[in-house]
Amino acid sequence: MSMQSDSANTSANTLPGRWQPAVTQDPMLHKHGALGQPVSRIDGPLKVQGKAQFAAEFPYEGLCYAALAFSTVARGRITALDTAAAEAAPGVVLVMTHRNAPRMKAPSLMMSSPTAAGASDLPVMQDDEIHWNGQPIAVVLAETLEQADHAASLVRADYAPLPAVTSFDEAKKTPRQLDNILGQPPVVEIGDAEAALKAAAVQVDQIYRTPRHNHNAIELHAATVAWTGDELRVHDANQLLDLTAGQLADIFGLEPDKVRVSSPFVGGGFGGKCLWDHQILACAAAKLAGRPVRIMLSREGVFRIVGGRTLTEQRVALGAGTDGRLDALIHTGIVAMTTHNSCPEQFTFPARHLYAAKSIRLAQEVADMDMLANTFMRAPGESVGTFALECAIDELAEKLSLDPIELRRRIEPETDPTSGKPFSSRHLIDAYDKGAARFGWDRRNPKPRQRRDGEWLIGMGCATATYPYHRFPGGAARIRLTAGGQVTVSTAVHDMGMGTATAQAQHIAARLGVPIGNVTFEYGDTTLPRGVIAGGSTQTASIGGAVIAAAEVFVEELLKLAGNDSPLAGLSLAEVETRDGGIGHREDASRFESYESILRRSGRDELVCEAEAPPPAEMEAFSMHSYGAQFCEVRVSEITGEVRVSRFLGSFDAGRILNAKTATSQFKGGIIMGIGLALTEEANFDPRSGRIVNASLADYHVPVQMDVPAIEILYTDIPDPQAPMGARGIGEIGITGVGAAVANAVYNATGKRIRDLPITLDKLM
Amino acid sequence: MNPFTYERASDTSAAIELAKGNAAARYLGGGTNLVDLMRETVERPEMLVDVTGLPRGIEPRADGGLLIGAAATNTALAADGHVRAHYPLLARAILAGASAQIRNMATVGGNILQRTRCRYFYDTAAACNKRQPGAGCDARDGFNRYHAILGASPACVATHPSDMCVALAALDATVHLDGPAGPRSIALSDLHRLPGDRPDIETELKAGELITAVELPPLLFARRSTYRKVRDRASYAFALVSVAAALDIDDSGVVRDVRLALGGVAHKPWRASAAEAALKGRPAGPESFRAAAEAELAAATGLRDNAFKIELAKRTIVAVLGELTGDDA
Ligand SMILES: Cc1cc2nc3c(=O)[nH]c(=O)nc-3n(C[C@H](O)[C@H](O)[C@H](O)COP(=O)(O)OP(=O)(O)OC[C@H]3O[C@@H](n4cnc5c(N)ncnc54)[C@H](O)[C@@H]3O)c2cc1C
Ligand code: SF4
Repeated sequence: MSMQSDSANTSANTLPGRWQPAVTQDPMLHKHGALGQPVSRIDGPLKVQGKAQFAAEFPYEGLCYAALAFSTVARGRITALDTAAAEAAPGVVLVMTHRNAPRMKAPSLMMSSPTAAGASDLPVMQDDEIHWNGQPIAVVLAETLEQADHAASLVRADYAPLPAVTSFDEAKKTPRQLDNILGQPPVVEIGDAEAALKAAAVQVDQIYRTPRHNHNAIELHAATVAWTGDELRVHDANQLLDLTAGQLADIFGLEPDKVRVSSPFVGGGFGGKCLWDHQILACAAAKLAGRPVRIMLSREGVFRIVGGRTLTEQRVALGAGTDGRLDALIHTGIVAMTTHNSCPEQFTFPARHLYAAKSIRLAQEVADMDMLANTFMRAPGESVGTFALECAIDELAEKLSLDPIELRRRIEPETDPTSGKPFSSRHLIDAYDKGAARFGWDRRNPKPRQRRDGEWLIGMGCATATYPYHRFPGGAARIRLTAGGQVTVSTAVHDMGMGTATAQAQHIAARLGVPIGNVTFEYGDTTLPRGVIAGGSTQTASIGGAVIAAAEVFVEELLKLAGNDSPLAGLSLAEVETRDGGIGHREDASRFESYESILRRSGRDELVCEAEAPPPAEMEAFSMHSYGAQFCEVRVSEITGEVRVSRFLGSFDAGRILNAKTATSQFKGGIIMGIGLALTEEANFDPRSGRIVNASLADYHVPVQMDVPAIEILYTDIPDPQAPMGARGIGEIGITGVGAAVANAVYNATGKRIRDLPITLDKLM
Repeated sequence: MNPFTYERASDTSAAIELAKGNAAARYLGGGTNLVDLMRETVERPEMLVDVTGLPRGIEPRADGGLLIGAAATNTALAADGHVRAHYPLLARAILAGASAQIRNMATVGGNILQRTRCRYFYDTAAACNKRQPGAGCDARDGFNRYHAILGASPACVATHPSDMCVALAALDATVHLDGPAGPRSIALSDLHRLPGDRPDIETELKAGELITAVELPPLLFARRSTYRKVRDRASYAFALVSVAAALDIDDSGVVRDVRLALGGVAHKPWRASAAEAALKGRPAGPESFRAAAEAELAAATGLRDNAFKIELAKRTIVAVLGELTGDDA
């Protein structure tokens, strides 16, 4: 195993032994040890014992409880706000409205600056204007949660309505084109796709629709906040700690180091546990009351003030030759958004990278509505984009009388179809082949309605899963080694239940050559070195980049300390590796000194070093994506149209798998959410009022146990040579492709194409 | 939630005494519906009288029937050996409802008197004649997938959500009441009302009246009975349509007797009398089942989101009767 590639040696500005993204490979790439092992979650025992403290569980002297009152109109001005009854209710400390709220700067939109975390850039409770149905109009603080809830129900408001756009059909008449979709061009055109479509031997041209979805993590959004002078302490349920701290500092006009946000445990994030009004309002109310405040949203509150996935209307048109090769690939459409956020649900992203086509047209627009800002939700864009694209591919395969896997084999691209970049690592067809063999795909009859068990029609479907690799810059990690050989690695990142802390402990043990029992991974607190956000399946790779950098400094520092009396004397970073609790020459086993020995000889109790990850140059040089093949078997009642998923298998190509157990859970969780996307989930947004009608878990249907069959997970486990540890991130890919795999299976069972999610029974009757 | 006082009644007369003359008092069973509605401030009682300490026995009667204490839990009733043997449709109906945790808390009295799941009824920001007579009905032209196709009125299109009650309706259950004016009994099918122009008045119960027990008459052929619930996910969802049925077929394959009731279709558990009449004396088979279903649903009307339930109800009736005709039933 070579520490660096030849190109690194010849590169002028290379520091020998350093990982240079896109130029050298992470030396860990082929090293195993604790990596990949199915280590059980480190936080498991704490959680099952109830000892893991969540945001709403931090005690404070003098704590008071917050409850919100929400607007009942979509757009307007508050003309009267009667808080007298609420103020007079038992236990009430104060009622905060736009009239007495502290003056605060509006949040700035996430990604608009390095500290911006706003899901919208509307000012929070600063004036009488209502922008969505459900906007907080008052915060009640009381001695108990029950008293606060009761008093909040007594707040009365009158409104002068303003014209509101609450119908998507109305909104899409005046579409708006954004100047970019998460930094990517909103329109991609290669050749004249419309003309090529018309001329193609075989055509598919369909509209697909996906509804609104709401975030429903089991832990309700909550924060416990306390001011000490101008210092703000926030215990949050959060997946972007540093941004939240920076944004709160900005909103309240504080120095950034005056705000500390921590989030040791989070009961599910999925993109929803970001900065919404409730944390800002809790901080403001705590300031007004001069007391610590706890806010925990009701389930309805989550529907009212935490955005969800927006609805999409997508056209996919495919033109192919009789051999299946694509002459034209068109994926266009529109989503609902607001003028005060920027979350365009990038549904055209999968089509940018998946299939070879002679001409391509991809374009997406937004329709502005007066509604709560929509936001990221597990695989934003890719989850719903793959529904449309992968259903269309299935439709095309049928028209071509080709097996849908064979079709994908024929349109597998050599290089990225829109950027032309080389793929860092792509084994989609491998994933299909492995999955197909294991699932028994050869038992599928390509003709619909051929298998039945009594009233139940049985069908199989498959679809491609895909999600981009990203590594965020700016994250740092600190390594602390004690004389006793204990290693602590610290960075302000997040574990919302994914297993971050466990996988990183494995990673650090492997990287530094120490037993996993000697490793502590410190995260979830903004007092730690700056971390990256937990979003877009980026965290693992981003932490990886920072830990690599810190480990390089760590080894260099130790080599310095080892000095001339060490067997390591004279060796440089490029010549050594970490192993067996110390540093050794890469080729000469006799040249080794343990960490403990180096520290002891240099009279040190500990060594602390910190470094920032190198910029993600690999993303510029390569097309980096994870892939998967989703296989589904459904049973559909011919009488009632009820659909039951009877078998599911996901076969993934997501780079190196760091922990077989937590990774499998992540994939399964994504698939389960995908079953919800396919069959049950839909937020009912009433176009008359702009209000979500089914704002409860009884009425908003996530899949329950009986909706979920045994799910099998396979993965290629092929390290991506460009990614830290070879790992590409696995949080979101599980949900992608599931909607299409289910819909394609439903078609195979019944002969009915449902292009409008969710696939409820009335559509199949 | 509004502040309230809480009293636990030791027996029926104590419960009636506690609530007497107090319009703001409510009896509390397992609380799985009432407490939810209090949290939403749809219900705002000032006093709760806990009636879970009242009789909860499940006792066979000399005539072969069954007397069920109103405080019996849903779980206990579904697990009762007599129920499972003699009234399998009732056990199945209960088990098709809610979740195990909710059924452990829920009582028979509370299940009967649970209120509609119409989301506009739950949302105090919406217009709802049931919550506020005269306010209007946001469900009529709104999200009404779960709403009525039979017996609805311009004022209200809500459904009664109980599964258990559909089986009770099919079984000709009698509800025993007690109250300030003394005990009385009423047929379950007469207890709930159609909405008419007063959807806020949901039952024939008088102020302060309490359900003390439910009585099932003997029904020998109920051994051949079942319950099928069609819903939007495999469990833990209310019925779009449900069918409770018991079928008695003579040796020549002719329907001697039949009991049929529908859930998810009306403001009350819907006894399908027209279908029953159409079936009696007819050969047990798909044609007569379909004809009976057509007869029952003849008056059905669909709303924006729920018109499919008319055909769904017909198909489910045919399927359930077909299942009961099969040898394995
Ligand atoms: C998420 C969820 C899902 C559910 N799904 C289903 C389902 O699929 N199918 C289904 O059938 N049900 C379902 N339910 C409803 C459930 O069955 C009822 O909530 C339950 O049966 C009510 O019983 P309880 O004892 O808890 O009633 P409570 O909530 O205590 O009371 C309900 C009403 O009955 C009154 N009451 C109670 N006891 C008496 C008495 N003895 N005399 C007079 N009045 C009385 C109360 O005053 C109140 O008005 C669901 C409930 C929830 C929360
Ligand atoms: S259907 Fe009935 S309960 Fe629902 S909103 Fe209309 S009046 Fe209210």
